[in-house]
Amino acid sequence: MNQAYKIIGLLMLTILPGIATAEGDDDTWNNILKSQFFAGKNIEESDAVIELEAPYRAEDPAIVPVKVSSKIPQSKDKYIKKVWLLVDKNPFPFVGEFEFFPESGKADLAMRVRVNTYSNIRAIAETNDGKLTMTKKFVKASGGCSAPIGADLDEAMKRLGKVKFRLDGGVTPGQPALTQLMISHPNLTGMQMDQMTRFIRKSHFIDQLKVSFNNKPVLNAKIDIAISADPNFRFYFVPDKAGELKAEFTDVSCESPTSRNVCSKGNSYSQSYTVTP
Amino acid sequence: MNYVLLALGLLISQASSALPPLPVKQIAPGIYLHLSQHHWPDRDNHGEIANIGFIVGDKCVAVIDSGGSPQQGIALRSAIKQTTTKPVCYVINTHVHPDHIYGNIAFKEPGIQFVGHHKLARAMASRGGHYLGRAEELLDIHINQDNIIPPDLQVKDGMTLNLGNRELLLTAHPTAHTDNDLSIYDKTTDTLWAADLLFLEHIPVIDGSIKGWLAELERLEKNHYKLVIPGHGKPVTDWPASMLPQKAYLADLAKDIRALIKQGKTLEQAVNSVDLSAKDHWQLFDQFHRKNVTIAFAELEWED
Repeated sequence: MNQAYKIIGLLMLTILPGIATAEGDDDTWNNILKSQFFAGKNIEESDAVIELEAPYRAEDPAIVPVKVSSKIPQSKDKYIKKVWLLVDKNPFPFVGEFEFFPESGKADLAMRVRVNTYSNIRAIAETNDGKLTMTKKFVKASGGCSAPIGADLDEAMKRLGKVKFRLDGGVTPGQPALTQLMISHPNLTGMQMDQMTRFIRKSHFIDQLKVSFNNKPVLNAKIDIAISADPNFRFYFVPDKAGELKAEFTDVSCESPTSRNVCSKGNSYSQSYTVTP
Repeated sequence: MNYVLLALGLLISQASSALPPLPVKQIAPGIYLHLSQHHWPDRDNHGEIANIGFIVGDKCVAVIDSGGSPQQGIALRSAIKQTTTKPVCYVINTHVHPDHIYGNIAFKEPGIQFVGHHKLARAMASRGGHYLGRAEELLDIHINQDNIIPPDLQVKDGMTLNLGNRELLLTAHPTAHTDNDLSIYDKTTDTLWAADLLFLEHIPVIDGSIKGWLAELERLEKNHYKLVIPGHGKPVTDWPASMLPQKAYLADLAKDIRALIKQGKTLEQAVNSVDLSAKDHWQLFDQFHRKNVTIAFAELEWED
């Protein structure tokens, strides 16, 4: 019988090649995302401005580490102003829009994202001269028992709003310092089976994040449900002297997981960390 | 093309109606187990990779995990019919993972109650859509919302089911392998059906909490059982000795990851460096170890 199944399986594969998603196809980008986010804009595909690191095989689709590395330093004259991150095949592809400043020192950014299936992840950078550059990586979110949600919702809810800063590399005045910002939040996607109505939970996620040092902006972000539970960001800022590194963020709850038309504002959070070079 | 599909469809439907009973073995009086081999779930094995089975009382039968596909559920039902004339009264799902619940549909009928952890229905609701969306592509099985059947009886802490002169003690565990693990203790034979709280041969897979799982193992380690049935691996009679490799794997993993977190290392660095010395001990190590590191790191970085 197993043999019979195998033969059927082989036949299906042979006659239905369309079922399998071609490795790293750009269909969603070309047909939807490009015009949704960058209508009428020219985007150069290259690794000259930013590079994207992501694992080819995502070990846990709920926690896929990705990293954008900048190839140009942040200076007053030329700097990376914005970076968008998209996961093509996610039900809601928009991961985030991240704004950098000359004071950021380095427009590097690492985070953890949810990846639902085999998909291209793409990062698009805008430099202060308005030019757009795109780079992408193909990720196979592995299947099996995993799902792109948190493993222990109740534990995450208990800690909600807790914030940690880590500056493990130390701080040298005038030099870009690597910071890790950890926020405890379940970042609920709101995706669930409709007929099990008892469990309808709206999405509940962090939508705005602002990081500043001595009240000067370091990183501003508009983010969404593709950010993993317990959002974790690594980025740079330049401490010229002692001061206060501050993270301010808000969360939101939306009626539909894939539309942002009807949302209600949640809470505002703020946490500071004293930096002494 | 349509004719080919039609012919294939006929072939498939004939294949399922002619499905032979699932091979099961009586491993203790009235306890029947289908012992699975260790495989990554794929289109060849259709996700039929977990140990599943049933327990027969004087009055009726309790199914323990229904299988990785609707077909396996049907085959399990045939096996029950071949074994006993008693009706099925309960289908117990030990947790939400597809290899344990996709056969549920084969048992959906009046008189049969589905039983699970009080957090199982929530886990089904939040994961179900994703699981269903990928079943065809990854497992080559055709399922829909009807295949995800939430429990009629929800176990909050413990519950006793009587199969007729046979009591099953169900325990809803705190988050361990998943956040909805349920174990079954059969008083009659002093057997613990641990399901995926215990992995033997197959690398333990963390999808809940590494700390919670270790705590649960510490607790269960103190008990005595004549027979323990894992969700993956052969049943054992030397509890807790046979469980110690799993505990050691999890404890070492936690220790290594805590050290890296203390040093300020990142998740990516941990995934690429955490101890591979246990590699030879476990099957499917390459498929799950890095996932375990990932999920454990994300948990342990919040513990202080």
